[in-house]
Amino acid sequence: MDQILNLAATNLLSPIILSFALGVAAALARSDLNIPEAVAKGMSIYLLFAIGFKGGVSVADHGIDATLALSLLAGLVLSAILPLIAFALLQLMGNLSRLDAAAVAAHYGSISIVTFVAATSVLESSGIASEGYMVAVAAAMEAPAILSALWLVSRGSGAGRMDAGLLREIMLNGSIVLLVGSFFIGGITGVDGLAKIEAFIVSPFQGVLCLFLLDMGLVAGRGLRGGSGVLTPGVLAFGVMMPLVGAGFGLATGLLLGVSAGGVALFMVLSASASYIAVPAAMRVALPEANPSIYLTLSLGVTFPFNLTLGIPIYVAIASALATG
Amino acid sequence: MQTHKAKRVAIIIEQVMQSRLTDAMEKAGVTGFSVLPVLGGSGKSGGWSRDGQVSRAGAMAQVICVIRPERLDALLDAAFSVVERHIGIVTISDCEVLRAERF
Repeated sequence: MDQILNLAATNLLSPIILSFALGVAAALARSDLNIPEAVAKGMSIYLLFAIGFKGGVSVADHGIDATLALSLLAGLVLSAILPLIAFALLQLMGNLSRLDAAAVAAHYGSISIVTFVAATSVLESSGIASEGYMVAVAAAMEAPAILSALWLVSRGSGAGRMDAGLLREIMLNGSIVLLVGSFFIGGITGVDGLAKIEAFIVSPFQGVLCLFLLDMGLVAGRGLRGGSGVLTPGVLAFGVMMPLVGAGFGLATGLLLGVSAGGVALFMVLSASASYIAVPAAMRVALPEANPSIYLTLSLGVTFPFNLTLGIPIYVAIASALATG
Repeated sequence: MQTHKAKRVAIIIEQVMQSRLTDAMEKAGVTGFSVLPVLGGSGKSGGWSRDGQVSRAGAMAQVICVIRPERLDALLDAAFSVVERHIGIVTISDCEVLRAERF
């Protein structure tokens, strides 16, 4: 318990979390502070490239083992089954329509890449090693949840719209392409490649992450301000409970696979986080009748801040205590 | 100066649907259109703004095209098949153009 509290205190007072808090506070206070859309997009490209590249370098440095394939498979399975659990929980707690519940559930099976980036940053600053291929697991977990949610809807009276165009947009989503692509570049060029661009992708990383999280704080604060009225107490509670349930599945998966403490923590983070980039766009196309205020506010305004401030320290502490890999 | 009657169709739609809409319009024979970003607004679903959008899910775009009156029905049929289930507004207005052969 002491370890969790210490890690939580260190995490809460880190520059990245304080930057996020500044963004939330500024948005709630209706400040005109704003990060231009193009700058935010540029920072997200930088962060995805850096995290993918470093993951690839780590795999090149440590080699490929059987747990890589098993971890990818486990990620796919987790992403597919977590929406079913989220859907069942929402039916119990949320009083949402089947369509809204399925749309929300899709977000909780998929992942938040920013939460993943923040977690890797916490692991690095705590000196906890993790498997570099977890970046590939993150990419693998983006899409299956969307298919599960559409299946949930098709079991009821509704029908989601899944065409070849949408499938291509999901699979070739810019974030996935950049993350996987930079992962392969890092894997091919290895430590030598990293040495050539280290000054660009390692040293400035934390500073860029601070500014990006400032922007995410502004977005989350605006989302909370505008969408708080649409969330019932039950749905709000789901936004905090589901990450913990997901983290439990991630913990079991990581322990079963025998990955390192950092790897277990990242499995927990990926299973606990909720998408707010790829899935909302897919839901607008596939399930346009579902209310975006519910899933965006819940994912971005409730679960993302929870994971960033309290979730990550809890997951890292539990993983450190239980992992033997 | 000689002018010619035409129809101006403006469709505000979610950005995720924009390429689907313009593809459908092209299939219906529309050869020219413009796409504009929409900064923000308010509607039945509440207010929204383009600021701070981390996802394309919340963004809107406006597709504008000017066509000959006799081609309007084909365009509207194509557009409606895309926008029917989605948030958005379709407006049609009369306008005049100088070079009719371009539309």
